[in-house]
Amino acid sequence: MARHVTTQRRAINSAAAWTVALMLFFPILWTVLTSFKPEAQAVASPPIFLGFDWTLQNYVDVNEQRDYFRYFVNSVIIALGSTALGLVLAIPAAWSMAFVPGRKTKDLLMWMLSTKMMPAVGVLVPIYLLFKTLGLLDTRVGLVVVLTLMNLPIIVWMLYTYFKEIPGEILEAARMDGATLKSEILYVLTPMAVPGIASTVLLNIILAWNEAFWTINLTVTDAAPLTKFISGFSSPQGLFYAKLSAASTMAIAPILIMGWFSQKQLVRGLTFGAVK
Amino acid sequence: MTVSLRALLGATAFVALTGVAMAETTITVATVNNGDMIRMQGLMDDFYAKNPDIKVEWVTLEENVLRQNVTTDIATNGGQYDVLTIGTYEVPIWGKQGWLASLNDLPADYDVDDLLPAIRGGLTVDGNLMASPFYGESSMVMYRKDLMDAAGLTMSDAPTWTEIEAAAKAMTDKSKEQYGICLRGKAGWGENMAFLTAMSNSFGARWFDEAWVPQFDQPEWKATLETYLRVMTEYGPPGASNNGFNENLTLFQQGKCGMWIDATVAASFVTGKDSTVADKVGFALAPDNGLGKRGNWLWAWSLAIPASSQKQDAAKAFINWATNKDYLALVASKEGWANVPPGTRTSLYSNPEYASIPFAKMTIDSINAADPNAPTVKPVPYVGVQFVAIPEFQGLGTSVGQEFSAALAGQKSVDEALAAAQALVTDEMTAAGYIK
Amino acid sequence: MATQSSRKAARAMLSPTVILLLVWMIVPLAMTLWFSLQRYNLLYPDRTGFNDFGNYTRFVLSPAFGGAVVNTLVLVVGVLAITVILGILIALLIDQPIWGQGIVRILVISPFFIMPPVAALIWKNMFMNPTNGLFAEAAKFIGLSPYDFLGNAPLASIILIVAWQWLPFATLILLTALQSLSSEELEAAEMDGAGPVSRFWYIMLPHLARAITVVVLIQTIFLLGIFGEILVTTNGGPGTSSTTLPYLIYKEALLDFDVGTAAAGGVVAVILANIVAFFLMRAIGKNLDA
Repeated sequence: MARHVTTQRRAINSAAAWTVALMLFFPILWTVLTSFKPEAQAVASPPIFLGFDWTLQNYVDVNEQRDYFRYFVNSVIIALGSTALGLVLAIPAAWSMAFVPGRKTKDLLMWMLSTKMMPAVGVLVPIYLLFKTLGLLDTRVGLVVVLTLMNLPIIVWMLYTYFKEIPGEILEAARMDGATLKSEILYVLTPMAVPGIASTVLLNIILAWNEAFWTINLTVTDAAPLTKFISGFSSPQGLFYAKLSAASTMAIAPILIMGWFSQKQLVRGLTFGAVK
Repeated sequence: MTVSLRALLGATAFVALTGVAMAETTITVATVNNGDMIRMQGLMDDFYAKNPDIKVEWVTLEENVLRQNVTTDIATNGGQYDVLTIGTYEVPIWGKQGWLASLNDLPADYDVDDLLPAIRGGLTVDGNLMASPFYGESSMVMYRKDLMDAAGLTMSDAPTWTEIEAAAKAMTDKSKEQYGICLRGKAGWGENMAFLTAMSNSFGARWFDEAWVPQFDQPEWKATLETYLRVMTEYGPPGASNNGFNENLTLFQQGKCGMWIDATVAASFVTGKDSTVADKVGFALAPDNGLGKRGNWLWAWSLAIPASSQKQDAAKAFINWATNKDYLALVASKEGWANVPPGTRTSLYSNPEYASIPFAKMTIDSINAADPNAPTVKPVPYVGVQFVAIPEFQGLGTSVGQEFSAALAGQKSVDEALAAAQALVTDEMTAAGYIK
Repeated sequence: MATQSSRKAARAMLSPTVILLLVWMIVPLAMTLWFSLQRYNLLYPDRTGFNDFGNYTRFVLSPAFGGAVVNTLVLVVGVLAITVILGILIALLIDQPIWGQGIVRILVISPFFIMPPVAALIWKNMFMNPTNGLFAEAAKFIGLSPYDFLGNAPLASIILIVAWQWLPFATLILLTALQSLSSEELEAAEMDGAGPVSRFWYIMLPHLARAITVVVLIQTIFLLGIFGEILVTTNGGPGTSSTTLPYLIYKEALLDFDVGTAAAGGVVAVILANIVAFFLMRAIGKNLDA
């Protein structure tokens, strides 16, 4: 929507947008600032915005106490693993639903979503017992499977709605040229759907990165991701806001940076079929 | 160490972070993220020097998450941990279930008779030591000496509730954000109910009579709750119904509280480097009403071994190291006596160097003033000072705590909150089969 | 294009997902249904056997149940209302040509990247605390007395925290939808003399209907399960004024370790969620038809 607007209009809009954006971002900014404060100044009243004694001590403390890198690696593996597995399952499924729709396609979608309705805390013990029996407790494989299944309905839905906007004629033309189904999906559909797939990937990574129930309750050490790392810094005895802020900053920085670099893709593909 | 296929696959996928295991035994230790435990993790070189064949994997968690993880694991026989950090609430229950390995056969240098009797009693089930205390705590009054002086008052070492109330009144100046007393208000069995249950003991109240009939309809509970609400409404900080340990600690360190009755371990924080009032804090025993019981609790974070652990010997070696007298000396040599985990051993309190710590005497006196096996004025069928050591208590305590926090927030009257508590505890106890 | 062979292929490609989700749904559900009829408390290994519907009656007849259902609905509806309305406004705003559009978008999206327990801790301690929080400091600065958010308006405060976390998601989807609106359509309307309000009402809003539906559906599913934020901030109190259904189940599962009753609670929650979904689909499901 490249409409022409006057500079004055643009200035007003910009000011308003920046105000809103800074308000929403402020809690995060505050957390990052707090991570550089000594504990006592983190709770000072009145609050100190910039004129505190800047220190890296909290980061040093956090790193001394816990091996950040190990949790980070687990978070990456779990987030990427569940996203990759989810795509492998969801792309063919979404293709089927988009290009060979049946009468029940919508019901099927709704049913998939409804598998997410069981409150996790109500099935913790059954799943825990299941994991124990299968030897999946505290394994990355186990977490990848759980997070894939949790997010699969959303991935399928996103891809389905994106695929549906791709004109079927193009695929048909490819088939006329003798393309097999596999090459049709791999070489015709997938490249066309890159924006949709990209934002699906991003959304799924974010959801997997932040999932804080199963990742905490099904892991011990080997597979423990950053959510578990954070849980070691929240509410100990004594002042802890600065250290918690440092740990939080370390836990969210990777995903935040990834989000910053990819926000264009995220915005472009997150249509859920909104585009007609 | 048995190398599973899974571990092998994992090791090939990533650069092997740890060296190839030889005859090494790896034990997994679950612990709470409190300062004394974090400090221990920094002193592990000493343990590895003495036990080169044992490797320790730490799982450090916030209290609630720790509790839910280890309980789920031990009850489903998950076998994920070799050493657990649990409290005096869990030990009697889990010990009775046979979930914990007895620690009777620790080496002689562990010196079991050196443990404080009150703490040892709380960790012993049917004559067997089921967990080894890492640090123990009670609760006491921390107060501002300067504000008391300004008001022309002096705090006695063993104050009564009347004294506390008068002091709270004298120190309150809400226009200067100075509140006479800060107490826990956030709902939860380990939050406001830890304080209120201990406080009720000094008013002669009890959770249950000998036949497990709830006692919230009795005048003693009414007196407890009325006093609590009166001092908190008139002299307490705003928003107290969501204040727990950390919120109150922050307030006290900022100089906004005249008194704070809470865990003895807070003493090292309010006199520590982050405190603006470090040199102005005095200590006194938790208050009483002349009925023979004080309003202080007893808790010990302790190390225990699940009966299902396959690595009992390594786990015992670790527990012996972490809770031995030598460990206290180690901490003292590296970090000073003030940072030694308190409240577990008699020998620590007879050490003249430790006695010079300002809060040492009051801590030991507070611990000695609590008896988990006879916590109340009237007889009770349960063990535990600020809790009732039955499996239902976490849920019950939290529900009752919600009622009392509603009273503190002004949503309910004393009578309504107590009636609701009585009704819900009666229901639960009937359903659980205690009340026939 | 739906030939016989492509139908077959479609079924083959759809089935792994469907089968996996079916297993993922049925196995825990079956276990939960089974446990919900049993006496099964982790802390009482010796108490076993059928309990018929005892767990269900215990859960449903507990005094907090009715209030918890209402609180859950209030939480979901409150968060939805805030995220959809503010989401539309913010999307409209950042869809305009502005300086630094990329950075503004990034800032708006950021709250979505914060882990829920961390978000709750930050809000509770650094913002809403009536003595130390920034809100209290701001109130004192302009001469008002601080408001005790979590004590006096616990549920509203939790709604605020959760809405902050989900606002970026709503904004993103609505923004994407808005960007797909052809400018010709808007310009044509402008030519016809339609003011900004009627342009919004008659052109943009209908265009956004589908996106709003998606936001409502997906968020509802996530919001129905929220309890971590409550645990960190209020523990369901004061009283039961911020106790929701998942929090009640949490209490059974991880405080009482009563697996039977927690399972019964889980089944009840699934049934209620399906009822909500049913009405939701009747109300807005038609927007999903392409």
